[in-house]
Amino acid sequence: MNQPPVHIENPKMKVKDLNFYYGGYQAIKGVSMDIEANKVTAFIGPSGCGKSTLLRTFNRLYELYPGQRAAGEILLDGENILDKKQDLTLLRAKVGMVFQKPTPFPMSIYDNIAFGVKLYEDLSRGEMDERVEWALSKAALWKEVKDKLNQSGHSLSGGQQQRLCIARGIAIKPEVLLLDEPCSALDPISTSRIEELVNELKVDYTVVIVTHNMQQAARVSDYTAYMYLGELIEFGATDNIFIKPLRKETEDYITGRFG
Amino acid sequence: MSSNAITADNKIYHRRRMVNATMLFISGLTMAFGLFWLAWILIVLLQKGFGALELSLFTQMTPPPGSQGGLLNAIVGSLMMAVMATLIGTPIGILAGTYLAEFGRRGWLAPATRFINDILLSAPSIVIGLFVYSVYVAQVKHFAGWGGAFALALIVIPVVVRTTDDMLKLVPDSLREAAAALGAPAWKMIVFVSYRAARAGIITGILLAVARISGETAPLLFTALNNQFWSLNMNSAMANLPVVIFQFAMSPYPDWHNLAWGGAILITLSVLFLNILARSLFRRENS
Amino acid sequence: MQGRGRDALSRFVENLMSSVTAAAAPLDAPASSTSKQKPPAAGTLAWMDPFFRNLTRFFAFFVFSILAAILVTLLFHSQAAMSKYGIGFLFDPEWDPVKEEFGALVPIYGTLVSSAIAMIIGIPVSFGIALFLTELSPNWLKRPLGTAIEMLAAIPSIIYGMWGLFIFAPLFAEHVQPVLISTFGPLPIFGPLFKGPGMGIGMLTAGIILAIMVIPFITAVMRDVFELVPALLKESAYGLGATTWEVVWKVVLPYAKVGVVGGVMLGLGRALGETMAVTFVIGNSHRLSASLMAPGNSIASSLANEFTEAVGELHSSALIELGLILFVITTIVLAFSKLLLLQLARREGGQT
Repeated sequence: MNQPPVHIENPKMKVKDLNFYYGGYQAIKGVSMDIEANKVTAFIGPSGCGKSTLLRTFNRLYELYPGQRAAGEILLDGENILDKKQDLTLLRAKVGMVFQKPTPFPMSIYDNIAFGVKLYEDLSRGEMDERVEWALSKAALWKEVKDKLNQSGHSLSGGQQQRLCIARGIAIKPEVLLLDEPCSALDPISTSRIEELVNELKVDYTVVIVTHNMQQAARVSDYTAYMYLGELIEFGATDNIFIKPLRKETEDYITGRFG
Repeated sequence: MSSNAITADNKIYHRRRMVNATMLFISGLTMAFGLFWLAWILIVLLQKGFGALELSLFTQMTPPPGSQGGLLNAIVGSLMMAVMATLIGTPIGILAGTYLAEFGRRGWLAPATRFINDILLSAPSIVIGLFVYSVYVAQVKHFAGWGGAFALALIVIPVVVRTTDDMLKLVPDSLREAAAALGAPAWKMIVFVSYRAARAGIITGILLAVARISGETAPLLFTALNNQFWSLNMNSAMANLPVVIFQFAMSPYPDWHNLAWGGAILITLSVLFLNILARSLFRRENS
Repeated sequence: MQGRGRDALSRFVENLMSSVTAAAAPLDAPASSTSKQKPPAAGTLAWMDPFFRNLTRFFAFFVFSILAAILVTLLFHSQAAMSKYGIGFLFDPEWDPVKEEFGALVPIYGTLVSSAIAMIIGIPVSFGIALFLTELSPNWLKRPLGTAIEMLAAIPSIIYGMWGLFIFAPLFAEHVQPVLISTFGPLPIFGPLFKGPGMGIGMLTAGIILAIMVIPFITAVMRDVFELVPALLKESAYGLGATTWEVVWKVVLPYAKVGVVGGVMLGLGRALGETMAVTFVIGNSHRLSASLMAPGNSIASSLANEFTEAVGELHSSALIELGLILFVITTIVLAFSKLLLLQLARREGGQT
């Protein structure tokens, strides 16, 4: 809240004084930050601090549930996405999301990837094949599934399913990619593969990742935001946060004194 | 590197939005469609039946065509058969349901019975009537109120079995373990702990079963048949509301039609009342 | 089990426990009437447990046997007709009690066609209502609307029959049938389905009323099944920018398809066996007709109309054989429905 502003060169998104309510309960209190384009920003903090809630305001997924509401501004390339006139389906295509558990749709691997693309583009069979291959390659999954594209998404292992979901999210070429604890249901090997992936993805996309694993945040992100009880305690370059945090609360969390 | 396709004037997107709006609108229409029929039927019932709701409905017997009368013998007959059916069917249903929930964790009988019970729940009631006719009426060689009661009991049983099974399964095992840890024998645990815990649900099930048999006609057609006169003898044909309504409605006499509507509104009000009672009882005990 | 009910029960168990511990330590326990209570001894009423277990098992077995008992009974009593008419019974359109020539074709045809109409109308409508209740309706409306639809299931069949005969059929004959006959009658292929005159009662009317009667059953299953779809899966679809309709049609429905088919089978099973409503409006005619406007008969309505006045043993036996056919068909359909719903429950770990 009251901290020296971090200077973001090229903000893809700006959060301005965001408040969020689940009914009468305020889950996010006056959060402001900038998200730099083509970089990875991580949200960390103990359970219930509001980091997932904050992430879900970026694609307004909370609108699916009555009683949840946001106040404040979130600018995506200068336009306020919290505005009532904002088209939600378009927003969600521009701001993609991958969830905590892999969620392959009940259809073939190919159709999973094609699902999002067909929503906006009318590609020929050949073009779609290319897009599917491209997305799966980007998600480091192509080699493993190229011979079984017609099989159900459920036939893959957990780690593969999550990479499928990432491929599905990238296939529509969004601008921002939101990852909500994407590795929490995965084994360590799959986790490290996805972390490598995140590093490559930032070349093309702006990535925001929520994680309860501090070391993961330290490994993959360029900027880190530490949240506690709905407030943004500290935000800055990852190296700064982890090596010399400005606030004692941040230091306590990072050093494991609590949380 | 983002897609040029994700813009507000994407043609595909426009089409999708139209399809979405249309389909959701149609969905609203189907909702209205369902409510429309419900409202129409209830309103018609009230209009037509209300006129027949006079005291004589409850004090006079079913008349021959062309004269005045009431439905007293039919009402009493229906009540008697419903009570008997409930008295016969409920213990059987509760005990069978108890077996399924409490003793049925191993073995084949419980899953098989559950499966068959669910089929019976939706089985055609006219076949039930045929069955009771064949094994009872044809043997004693006359129609009887008891036959009607047995047939209705066969409809009560699956409902009570199902609700008892479901409700007992909801009782948490921790309660059972607590009773067992005290050294309570199984039957005490079931009767004093499980039944007590599931009491509201089981009673709801019984009420729903009664609501169901209040309107059933087909099982009575070949068992209790009907009786023009006053009779409390369950060993002979017994008057009952549904068959009287059937007979009167299909006849050409307006007096009889009027009485049929009166009977119809009586049945519907009882059924709806029992349903609402069952639901509110269940909700109250469980909140 | 929540709240008051559970608290009362926990207190009951606690009381039971405290009375036992009080008895075990009489010096420390305060004097009370419960302290004299002994814990249940192993020997008292030891026969009750096996007795109770066997009692419940007996009645479970009783219920288990009902289906088989019905089947056997019906088989036995249709012997006379079965031996006389053989398999041809199923295809014979003649139904003449005087000449003692009986064939099941007309009632079977009526049962199947009226149920088919009910399904054609009922399935999309049920889907629409289930969609509305799960995705579109505001939360406060869900319970009342759901209850209202369930009331459609509670209304007894005979009420539908009376309403159908006295109110719906005349209006149908006057306003709707002429339009249907003139619009569709002249068409090729489908034309013969719509040949007049339309008297209000008949196959189409029976089908429409059956549709209204089965809609609540199919809707209830569809709703339950739609609500079992994991929220995360739906959010994934919305998160890609899909519209509500797309999420339901392309993700929810495929995910839930086993349950949906199970629900449809349940509705079909009910439609096939429905008696009183159909009896009132199907017209009770043993003539086979292609037109939906014409009267006909279903198995259930034939039984309802003729059984008590059956002339002779062969007539009764033929009717019972009809009942047997109906019983077998509905049992198969309902068993299929149950199997599908069980499969779904096993996958979700829930209850059907």
